[in-house]
Amino acid sequence: MHRSLQTWLLVAQRLGVALITLVIVSFAVFFATELLPGDVAEILLGQAATPEAVAGLREAMGLNEPAISRFLSWLSGLATGDMGRSYVNDIEVADLLGRRLSNSLRLAVVVTVICVPFALTCGIAAAMWKGSILDRLVSILTISVISIPEFMVATLAVLVFAVWLSWLPALSYGADASNFGALLKAYAMPVITLTCVVSAQMIRMTRAAVIETINTPYVEMALLKGASRRRMVLRHALPNALGPIANAVALSLSYLVGGVIIVETVFNYPGVAKLMVDAVATRDLPLIQSCAMVFCVSYLSLITLADVVATLSNPRLRK
Amino acid sequence: MMQNTQSTPRKFSTERLGYAFNTTGKIGLAVILFWAVIAVIAPFITPYPPGKIVDWDYFGPISESYWMGTDYLGRDILSRVLMGARYTVGISLAGVTLACMGGVVLGMIAAVIGGWFDTILSRLLDAFNGIPSLLFGLVVVAAVGSSIPVLILTLAAIYLPGSYRFARALAVNVNTMDFVTVARARGEKTTYLIRTEILPNILGPVLADLGLRFVFIVLVLSGLSFLGIGVQPPHADWGGLVRENIEGLSLGAPAVIFPCIAIASLTISVNMFIDNLPQKIRDRSH
Amino acid sequence: MTQPLVSVRDLVIGAVTDSGRKVDIIRKVDFDIQPGEIVALIGESGSGKTTIALSLMGHCRPGCSINGGSIRLADHDVTKMNEAKRASLRGTEVAYIPQSAAAAFNPSQRIMDQVIEVTHIHNLMPRAEAEVKAVELFRALALPEPETIGRRYPHQVSGGQLQRLSAAMALIGDPQLVIFDEPTTALDVTTQIEVLRAFRSVMKASGMAGVYVSHDLAVVAQIADRIIVLKAGQIQEVGPTREILEKPQHSYTKDLLSAFDPVPFASVKTAEAKAVPPILEVTGLSAGYGPVRSGEAEFKVLDNISFKMEKGTNLGVIGESGSGKSTLARAVAGILPRYRGDVFSQGEALSPDLKDRSKDQLRRTQIVFQLADTALNPSQPIESILSRPLKFYHGMTGAAREKRVIELLDMVQLPAAMRHRLPGELSGGQKQRVNFARALAAEPDLILCDEITSALDTVVAAAMLDLLKDLQKDLGLSYMFISHDLSTVEAICDDVLVMLKGNLVEALPAAHMSQSAQHPYSRLLISSVPKLDPDWLANLEHDPELAKAMMGR
Repeated sequence: MHRSLQTWLLVAQRLGVALITLVIVSFAVFFATELLPGDVAEILLGQAATPEAVAGLREAMGLNEPAISRFLSWLSGLATGDMGRSYVNDIEVADLLGRRLSNSLRLAVVVTVICVPFALTCGIAAAMWKGSILDRLVSILTISVISIPEFMVATLAVLVFAVWLSWLPALSYGADASNFGALLKAYAMPVITLTCVVSAQMIRMTRAAVIETINTPYVEMALLKGASRRRMVLRHALPNALGPIANAVALSLSYLVGGVIIVETVFNYPGVAKLMVDAVATRDLPLIQSCAMVFCVSYLSLITLADVVATLSNPRLRK
Repeated sequence: MMQNTQSTPRKFSTERLGYAFNTTGKIGLAVILFWAVIAVIAPFITPYPPGKIVDWDYFGPISESYWMGTDYLGRDILSRVLMGARYTVGISLAGVTLACMGGVVLGMIAAVIGGWFDTILSRLLDAFNGIPSLLFGLVVVAAVGSSIPVLILTLAAIYLPGSYRFARALAVNVNTMDFVTVARARGEKTTYLIRTEILPNILGPVLADLGLRFVFIVLVLSGLSFLGIGVQPPHADWGGLVRENIEGLSLGAPAVIFPCIAIASLTISVNMFIDNLPQKIRDRSH
Repeated sequence: MTQPLVSVRDLVIGAVTDSGRKVDIIRKVDFDIQPGEIVALIGESGSGKTTIALSLMGHCRPGCSINGGSIRLADHDVTKMNEAKRASLRGTEVAYIPQSAAAAFNPSQRIMDQVIEVTHIHNLMPRAEAEVKAVELFRALALPEPETIGRRYPHQVSGGQLQRLSAAMALIGDPQLVIFDEPTTALDVTTQIEVLRAFRSVMKASGMAGVYVSHDLAVVAQIADRIIVLKAGQIQEVGPTREILEKPQHSYTKDLLSAFDPVPFASVKTAEAKAVPPILEVTGLSAGYGPVRSGEAEFKVLDNISFKMEKGTNLGVIGESGSGKSTLARAVAGILPRYRGDVFSQGEALSPDLKDRSKDQLRRTQIVFQLADTALNPSQPIESILSRPLKFYHGMTGAAREKRVIELLDMVQLPAAMRHRLPGELSGGQKQRVNFARALAAEPDLILCDEITSALDTVVAAAMLDLLKDLQKDLGLSYMFISHDLSTVEAICDDVLVMLKGNLVEALPAAHMSQSAQHPYSRLLISSVPKLDPDWLANLEHDPELAKAMMGR
């Protein structure tokens, strides 16, 4: 399909806004963590801290520099992949993060692959037979899942699959991952939980997007041309709903970011979120900052993607 | 458009006073009111002091004397759930009220004034929206330490941008209406425009939005407490109760199930109530 | 006589209102349509004309249902059919032309695909054959570039063209009956003529029967053989077009017709008017939207407008959509600040932005908008709406203010009790009266009326115009009357300005516009207004090339 220059300009504008947002977000993250109580040097030296030792460490860590210059050097470090060293176990943050990130990403990819086809089918079907028993059932289920906290979905999953049915272990790691079956079992619980949370959002948004296009005059016109309900939805409503649906998919995937924090904690899954929650407990500043940035970047990419898709799908911008 | 709408007489009383709800909406409203009342009178009706260890057995089952069993220390769960309502409902309500009031006032001002004020505020708050909410709570509460005022302010800060965006979009729509133009042409001041011409016409959707945001805040608060950085022990909101007793999960202990039910009953009721509001109030002009 | 193509007997259609109450919106309607005959359904909004027309296709809008009676179309009993059978009729036996073709075309498909869709759904002919047929129809409908127009997307062609393309979409399946649902209402008069002509010629050539739904008697007179007059879901009168126009029987029909020739306007201009400075004088006014750079707005709307209005006279401003006539009212009122030129009110210079005008200057010039639905704050009772200008301009409070509110309602012929109602509880005509009363509350000298009768039904609009004339006599007002409708302007104005694309074409005396018009555009515009005479369109000597050149289409 041909896109006009104007469309690309709009897309470029969205990307520019995302970039500016990222800078503001990193600013917020940096200064929020700077607010952590207690002097970092004191925390590091612990009980044995003498004022001289603290002063020396402050000097060595550059903590006496003004905040803004520390922010800039931190930011430029981030941009070049240098995330500093963990205070607690003195390992490069990048190394620590790398392993955990691949774990989290694997989880996200598996959830996405299951979610998208499942949620789209449910959402479109519910919209197509709006008001039917199927539609009402889907509505009740999705609204229930959206209304309860992620940890409750996880709790329910444990109750059902681990306690009552004894199919799966309650914790994901710790169990051996030597063969495929065990691996599957280890992943199952976090994946089930996240899939529920994300699909519920996706189904609702998809349904709303399709219903909105079904209520347009051109779909009524198709009806008055003698088109069947299937044809009305699949040929007239869906192509026009593609943009909003893609938007809905990207937006709901951003719920992964919040969900993953809870799910990794509940199931003790060694991902970035678990790393971060632990870092918060030990006040490991560079680690918290880097983890927070990982989440912000992925969240921002998803909502920007949603925005760009919505822009590109506007048929009036087509040549 | 349907042709008959004009010829039929308009409905009167229900539209001006209370609104006509269907059964689902009424059930939702009843549950919401129930929890609101509990939050107020909790200290007077708890069967045992919520912090007191009353049973030597931990994760005790449902019994005559402990209707919802006992927790990991042997405290009465019913008392703790009733007191938890105070924290969950109170903090969330305070947070959502602050967020919506701030968001709506700023949104209306931005819509009426427009220009650079609108542009800068919108950009800034949009950027703020680029931070996942639970993460923001995690970082801030970890940073400044957890206390109830901090929780309220953090939750309000998380949801203010969304509320602003929503109110601004509504106000921009109303602002283009001819009756606002007429008032402006009459020479009215900005405060009059906001107070008399715009606010009454966005109030319905704004209140519906407040309800939905309340649900989100309850969820985030519970999430924070579940992660251990919400309401601090020995007190506990519902999310905190789940955290405390999560060990009992593999035993199927009632101590972990009842706080969950409490959260779900509140949030699902709010959603049911909002979903069944008359279309007129719910109309969200995006 | 042959068997009628359509017969409708005792048709009852019910609807569920917002409050859940069930009402019958169509009550016991009977009529027939002969093969090849075009029948018009005439009525105001809410009369049920579109509902009846759609029911002929077995379709009801959400919330409505056919509750009784029968509809027979050729050999099919539409009321007894299931949805699948009804679908098989649509497009082949009966086809539909919508009011807004712009909304009825799927924005993401090419026009050709949508036009020939009927042949695909009903397996009428192979695609290549269908495309050839479509191009023939495009040609018959006088569409430009008939060979290639089908390759475009809907947003790439004009509104008038889309309306004709939707006719092609309806005619491709050779239906026996075509339903026209107010197909020219959204169009400008000069465009309306082209579309009407195209419809008339294809319908004549094909010999199909038609149902033409409209509120406009003059339009219907050009195309219909027979007219059915509807009111509140019931048939008032049926008869051949000429008979209805010349010898109406029913009082409602008579009202409709008399609304068409309003009493000629008798100016209230007095001799001493000349002595005082003009109530409004505009010189070299230019206005537009967007940031102003080097003395020009980014999007220019009005260019160098000058005119003068004497006290006690009424000035009409006419033009088609996009001519800038509403912008002119906004620039005068200071809602859209002009970037060049001057505006004087009774000799006193007015600053461009209303923020810089004094309260008294603001009070003297009031503006009334077209849509009373959006011009009245839906959350305020009428009393508060009328009280505000009384307090704001005149500092009135308490009992005196309440008395004045009742007086104002009386002036616009509304009962005093209405002050306790909300705008949503009033009819369209009542709302527009309140809207006007609010302007009167300021005790202005000049009222800028922006299309204030355009959204009203014919009879209601005529009554509103009479009210305006009475008030002018009593209060010594002047009106600047903006309208797209020439007959409205003729009925109430002394002079008329004709606008085209932001320019002032010429100023004409309202009493003899057609005789004095010099500019080709004024002539085109004046001659395009449909007349009640059924032969008007056939006899009209109208040059489509001229219209094209004028409008830049």
